[in-house]
Amino acid sequence: MALQPEDIRRIAHLARLELKEEEGTRMLAQMNSFFEIVEQISAINTEGIVPLAHPAELLKEIELRLRQDTVSEFNEREAHQLSAPAVENGLFLVPRVVE
Amino acid sequence: MSEIHDLSVAQLSKALQTKELGAVEVAKHFLNRVEKDKLGSFLSHNPELTLRRALESQERIQQNQARPLEGVPIAHKDVFVTKDFPSTAGSKMLEGYRSSFDATVVDKFAQAGCVPLGKLNCDEFAMGSSNENSAYGPALNPWNAQAVPGGSSGGSAAAVSARLTPAATGTDTGGSIRQPASFCGITGIKPTYGRASRYGMIAYASSLDQAGPMAKDALDCALLLSAMCGPDLDRDSTSLDIVEEDYTKTLNQSIKGLKIGVPKEFFGSGLALEVKSALEEAQSVFKSLGAEFVPITLPKTELSIPVYYIIAPAEASSNLSRFDGVRYGHRAKEYNDLMQMYKKSRAEGFGAEVKKRIMTGAYVLSHGYYDAYYLQAQKIRRLIAEDFQAAFKECDLIMGPVAPTTAWGLGEKTADPLSSYLADIFTLPASLAGLPAMSVPCGMSKAAKPLPIGMQLIGNYVQESKLLNAAHQYQLQTQWHTMSPEMTGNLT
Repeated sequence: MALQPEDIRRIAHLARLELKEEEGTRMLAQMNSFFEIVEQISAINTEGIVPLAHPAELLKEIELRLRQDTVSEFNEREAHQLSAPAVENGLFLVPRVVE
Repeated sequence: MSEIHDLSVAQLSKALQTKELGAVEVAKHFLNRVEKDKLGSFLSHNPELTLRRALESQERIQQNQARPLEGVPIAHKDVFVTKDFPSTAGSKMLEGYRSSFDATVVDKFAQAGCVPLGKLNCDEFAMGSSNENSAYGPALNPWNAQAVPGGSSGGSAAAVSARLTPAATGTDTGGSIRQPASFCGITGIKPTYGRASRYGMIAYASSLDQAGPMAKDALDCALLLSAMCGPDLDRDSTSLDIVEEDYTKTLNQSIKGLKIGVPKEFFGSGLALEVKSALEEAQSVFKSLGAEFVPITLPKTELSIPVYYIIAPAEASSNLSRFDGVRYGHRAKEYNDLMQMYKKSRAEGFGAEVKKRIMTGAYVLSHGYYDAYYLQAQKIRRLIAEDFQAAFKECDLIMGPVAPTTAWGLGEKTADPLSSYLADIFTLPASLAGLPAMSVPCGMSKAAKPLPIGMQLIGNYVQESKLLNAAHQYQLQTQWHTMSPEMTGNLT
């Protein structure tokens, strides 16, 4: 089933993107032509197949590693905030969230 | 002696260590070429810093404290974060962004003595196959400036090919090292997923992203790969806990009796004739070296396109959610509230292809579609990986094309982005399986301005040495890797 303009609006909201009208129209056409080639995957029998989230697990059993519980990173607030759009007193500035 | 820029990493390294050349002289030579470049392959450089590092290398050599790649210039794809240069990932979102740390790969090359020349152009957030998705304009193909250099590591491939740097780093998510290497006539290798650290690589699709070297030949790739790989267990949760290797050790082994698989799905009707015949010629070279060819099958090859273009965008939509205009990156000038600030900042900061992949990813992960798309794609991903394991029961390596054609023209696929997805068909399967794979120059097209043709070699997990060994033996018999655009007079 092809995507409709309202789907594009819904997904754009989920993705936090403000799309211009013509951008949305182009996106709709391109996504629909992409999903035409996607439909073939539904014909593949994958019963009992475990999803592969990670290629490394084919090579070695994945262990969740834990780091040593020691201090390895130090506070570099100034360096980290150097590229922030708006900072005041070491805090990131955002529009008012709570009235 | 050849011109400095025609020397390989191995030759340069030797000339530096024997003091035949000085590190500062070498750095100046390449900086001079970078400054005259008209291909758009560099996004930033910093001569003062480069020369300072070159001087340090020179002093180390004089004091007999040279490290393995002391004084060898290298340039990094702009998806690796660097303290000394801006890190943009080819996106307006990160214009002017300065990282507070170096990526592990960048750091490892610095520890090995390499001198950084600057940062290289790429498709925005590594999403693309032509470098045309860069917010800073496309890099151009040095063999024909009307053609794309490939992507996403297009600037890396163009810069090595045009002899602006002897070595470059690249990243490969669905073919982004191999395809541009093929289009620009250089050698590049994507190691096994997890072999090189992803720490400090600006993330696109985390279960696929992998760093690798791009250079003139397999020997150089072996030297560079040995320097950049190794466990980074505290910083990259998917880094493989397998000790470093010296990939140069096995380069000279005989490949007599090596079994090379030829997947029938890689030689179908979509393959350009000139690519096919270049590969057939390469096969006779391998046969003369004693290798044997075995027909194999990778039946799900075609499915790798929808599977990749579901999984990669899904991961991208999650990874790129960090760009919210709060901590770093672009923030819109005008907005009424927080939600609008997010939406406008992201709309202004991201380019069209990135937005489409974020949208596609958000869609396939959304309620009601997750099972049919994302989960089904992950299941087929396992089947694709299993097909390779079945094939490797019959052969040691797999050989095929990197791309169905040589480099296409600038703007040729802009109106129909799906056609560029389809052209990724031969690189996607190895990416999905996490296997090591490389591109090796194996011919030139018959066009008025000839374009390079690349051969792909795919190995089983952590068998990079087998790939490099076969490629090196092939290159001892052939000249394709020694050709440069300057020889054809195209680079003016």
